Amino acid sequence: MSALSVRNVRKVFGKTTVLEDINLEAESGQFIILVGASGCGKSTLLNMIAGLDVPTSGTIHIADRDVTHVPSKDRDIAMVFQSYALYPTMSVAQNIAFGLEMRKVPLRDREKAISRVAKMLQIEHLLDRKPAQLSGGQRQRVAMGRALARDPKLFLFDEPLSNLDAKLRVEMRAEIKLLHQRTQTTTVYVTHDQVEAMTLGDRIAVMRAGRIEQFDPPEAIYNQPATRFVADFIGSPAMNFITGERRGDALVSGDVALTMTEAQSAALRGSDAPKVLYGVRPEAVSFSTHGLPGSIKMIEPTGPDTYVLVNTALGTLTARVPGNLARRAGDHVLVTWPSVQAHLFDAVSERRIA
Amino acid sequence: MTRWSWHRLVLWSTLLLFAVFFLTPLYVMVATSLKDMAQVRNGHLLSLPTDPTLASWAKAWGTACTGIDCGGLKPFFLNSVAMVLPAVVVSTSIGAVNGYVLSKWRFRGSETLFAMLLFGVFMPMQVVLLPMSQVLGWLGLASSIWGLILVHIIAGLPSTTLFFRNYYVAVPDELVKAATIDGAGFWQIFWRIVLPLSTPIMMVTLIWQFTNIWNDFLYGVVFSGADSKPVTVGLNNLANTSSSVKEYNVDMAAALIAGLPTLIVYVLAGKYFVRGLTAGAVKG
Repeated sequence: MSALSVRNVRKVFGKTTVLEDINLEAESGQFIILVGASGCGKSTLLNMIAGLDVPTSGTIHIADRDVTHVPSKDRDIAMVFQSYALYPTMSVAQNIAFGLEMRKVPLRDREKAISRVAKMLQIEHLLDRKPAQLSGGQRQRVAMGRALARDPKLFLFDEPLSNLDAKLRVEMRAEIKLLHQRTQTTTVYVTHDQVEAMTLGDRIAVMRAGRIEQFDPPEAIYNQPATRFVADFIGSPAMNFITGERRGDALVSGDVALTMTEAQSAALRGSDAPKVLYGVRPEAVSFSTHGLPGSIKMIEPTGPDTYVLVNTALGTLTARVPGNLARRAGDHVLVTWPSVQAHLFDAVSERRIA
Repeated sequence: MTRWSWHRLVLWSTLLLFAVFFLTPLYVMVATSLKDMAQVRNGHLLSLPTDPTLASWAKAWGTACTGIDCGGLKPFFLNSVAMVLPAVVVSTSIGAVNGYVLSKWRFRGSETLFAMLLFGVFMPMQVVLLPMSQVLGWLGLASSIWGLILVHIIAGLPSTTLFFRNYYVAVPDELVKAATIDGAGFWQIFWRIVLPLSTPIMMVTLIWQFTNIWNDFLYGVVFSGADSKPVTVGLNNLANTSSSVKEYNVDMAAALIAGLPTLIVYVLAGKYFVRGLTAGAVKG
């Protein structure tokens, strides 16, 4: 059964097209991520799923029911907002029960729901407090509690962690994942953070300028990016890109031949792209006794890994090597990478070749 | 003395000087209202009453003559109360709903509507005198207290709407979205979420409207009939009624009676006024 289906959705504000040809399918229980830079339309899409906005054309289905023009309250959804949007004048318990109260759920059932949710999120001691008396992480929990109280068909999260400090963000991220494993409620989660996207999602929709560039599981997004944008957006530090020209069956940049596997060469032969972007992730680049000569421009130790910027004939390449590196800026090194780890994109259309 | 305390001294003296300057008229009014005419004539303007009496207050309230009637300010005062209470409550309530709609439920043309409402804030009240008296005539409300109430409600709407709209703009839209998803409707969101956040701006608007309507003279003199004149008009008539002697003590007592309600409102709710004007953002 399809828990959520977005079909050919388009959204136009005046003369600007905000969303174009959006298609999404989520199976029951899946955790779907909408990720992209700000202004890519991901929040607009979420608002339309929530019923806070209406698409210009196209339809939205929840649990196989067309809800495109159904008001939010009849969609059986719950949403967690970036600012948490807790009702400032109500206590935590009242906040959690407000949705139930609006749906005329009897008082006794409301109280049951409050204690169930409070127990699940460990906020029992906060029930009588007002939102202003809570810390950021506690507010975040209450906001999730409000969403959980109704046991909805669909959870919507709009950048829920971006107001938290780095440490708390990691903690809450794990809690959201645990919560989802427990409730198995279909979830749509908007973020601009690629780590959140990779760690939480069953499937990730990478969005750019109102379009979905790729909608796939995290492994596919990372290992088989469909476009140059996806390859560049996901992964830190970002992928190295080298512009290569075709010379016969080979690919060169300046005088340096860019190595390819048999499969990549075959795919390239089948493509009519005159220029190719040759991408290598920093963690695929390593130092060796053979390979491309270069000199170290800068070293950035992060603890578990060290980022190394190397000036080579192919431009500055970033390498991500495990542990510490016993070298200094200016040292001459040889860098290499396995061809199988290279990604080939058409330089004009930016689509993946191999 | 150190430089710092010189600085303080100058500061305090200046403040004190201004305080005296602004409070002197009030002192003169209170002092004069407690004197009898003999003390007024023999004493100095600033001298304390030698034999304080509330006789002029009683006269101003109950027996002073305004024109040919000699019932004091009391009937005018009661007219003002009957006028100001509904006018303040209704104009504030409608202003709150207007502000809620114009900030949280924008529709095509709502910004234009707001701009036109703003125009009403800056429009001189004299402009509406003739058309308004015509309208009141058509409605059959001319020269009645109801007509006066209606005029004050309509005249107050631009400012009350402006106050609430600007306050609600600072209330996060996500609160309304969250309540919408929670299943609350237009009025439920207003009553349960928005209105409980409105105490500061509510106080500002109530004080503002009360002061304006209570102190209004122009509409009161133009639109009221013989039995519906507000206290400002009564005071004017009382002070202008010529008799053999000018009773300064009664005039002062009458002026204080007319001004007392606004003074009391400020004393009781003044702190909300300052708080409401400075508070905009709602901490969630």
